[in-house]
Amino acid sequence: MTRGATPLAGLFDALCPMHALLDGTGHVVHVGPTLARLCPQREMKGARFLELFELRRPTRGATMHDLRQMQGRGLHFVTRDAPRLSLKAVLTGLPDDAALGLPGGALVNMSFGIAVTEAIRRLDLTARDFAATDLTVEMLYLIEAKTAAMEASRLLNLRLQGAKAAAEEQAYTDTLTGLRNRRALDPVLMQLMTSETDFALIQLDLDYFKEVNDQLGHAAGDHVFQAAARAMQAETRKEDVLLRVGGDEFVLILTRVTDAARVRDIAERVIARLEKPVEYDGQPCHISASAGGALSCRYRDPKTVEARIMEDADIALYEAKSAGRGCYRSFEPGMRLDRDRRSRA
Amino acid sequence: MHGLINRAIERFIRDTYGREVWGLVVAKAGLPVSAFEVMLSYETRLTVDLLDGAEQVLDRARETILEDIGTYLVSHSKLDPLRRLLRFGGVDFVEFLHSLDELPGRARLAVPDLEIPNLELSEHGGNIYRLRCDVPTAAGPGFGHVLVGVLRAMADDYGALVLLDHMGGGPDVEILQIQLLNEAHSAGKMFDLAAGHGAETAEGRPE
Repeated sequence: MTRGATPLAGLFDALCPMHALLDGTGHVVHVGPTLARLCPQREMKGARFLELFELRRPTRGATMHDLRQMQGRGLHFVTRDAPRLSLKAVLTGLPDDAALGLPGGALVNMSFGIAVTEAIRRLDLTARDFAATDLTVEMLYLIEAKTAAMEASRLLNLRLQGAKAAAEEQAYTDTLTGLRNRRALDPVLMQLMTSETDFALIQLDLDYFKEVNDQLGHAAGDHVFQAAARAMQAETRKEDVLLRVGGDEFVLILTRVTDAARVRDIAERVIARLEKPVEYDGQPCHISASAGGALSCRYRDPKTVEARIMEDADIALYEAKSAGRGCYRSFEPGMRLDRDRRSRA
Repeated sequence: MHGLINRAIERFIRDTYGREVWGLVVAKAGLPVSAFEVMLSYETRLTVDLLDGAEQVLDRARETILEDIGTYLVSHSKLDPLRRLLRFGGVDFVEFLHSLDELPGRARLAVPDLEIPNLELSEHGGNIYRLRCDVPTAAGPGFGHVLVGVLRAMADDYGALVLLDHMGGGPDVEILQIQLLNEAHSAGKMFDLAAGHGAETAEGRPE
């Protein structure tokens, strides 16, 4: 070792353990204890610095003279030996007059930069390999702390997402129209049966809705659904239950109604209102509706109502459609016979 | 109280005594939830009720439960990330002790709204240290007992032999005494600076 390098080396080992001292010809005179671990298979002392470390940025400069020109600037090196570790560095020239030893030499201090985690794992470094003032260990602490916190947040988000999906799944509301949805049908019927409330059930299908959807698009279709829902609400009472049970299929449950004529009256008013064209984007949308209804009071055995009333209203709806649409039919037992006859034919 | 604290108590009871006992504690404490979320905040009263319930169901003194929670936090394999975060405090147990002053700050770096009581370490010669621990007004004393458990487990982790005492305190402070008998009593547990990626989180695996 060149005389005069030693006192500097001792100081820098403690303050910056990743430093190297170079002589005037660019050869390594001394390396700090942590830097020495970068190339364990090779004696760094005596080697030319630029043969150990390849200068990546700035891209010019291959001599000691070039290096000294870059004094104080951020430099970027890669170790020539595997694993090709990336290093940040800053260099300062030593005076030519040998006041600090190594005339015309340089002091290079290095650090791992952003790839620090990888480097520590590869080289198996510990906290003692870093200067006490170095924030590397704090940075590693932060990385792990934030990773754990992020993971906890991610899991929370997953759980909330699952809960939201489950809540939507269980929800009884059709989000487009604000009416009840198909899932609400059974609970509503069950509630009516347990409270022994008579009711009328109307199945209603929108007619010509597909044409509106095809000609004017989904947004127009959605608009028509919302208008239809409002029409049904306008013609029924607050205590009645309106459900959208399928794409363009609705169910109206009129509570405490036992008069078939009244059901017909309500159904026909709903249909008449639905036939008034709805404006969408300056275009009139023409639809109509067919409806079939059944009354719970017509069943001799109340226990059969829940199982049969939907089907019976559906049979009446079929009759209404066969009759040319835009009308209402009330269920009669004969319709069931007709249907059975048809299905056998 | 931060959900992390409630969740820690919950996980301790679940992992140590099982799901049924946790159910009993929830019922006894009259909790409105059956599981705590780590990233949410809860009323402080819930934490107090939770500990009251645990005390009755487990039939153990609150101090013992709190100390066991502290030990659990460091030594249970599910919470290895937390052990690692504490190990970043120092390369040996003495350095770790000196890092306790900055524990509230470190906790805030990880989880900004997590409040850890202020801690202050003093040296008394003869390898005796005292740790002053502020008592949060809302939650009352008790964190000192958790710390005793944490320090006991961390001493093990570093391989140090220590005597720990909770010296009591006043309405707004708890005092712990740490007597270091042998700093290198055993090999301790491994600690790689850059390990633990993709490991479980501080809240552990879901059941």
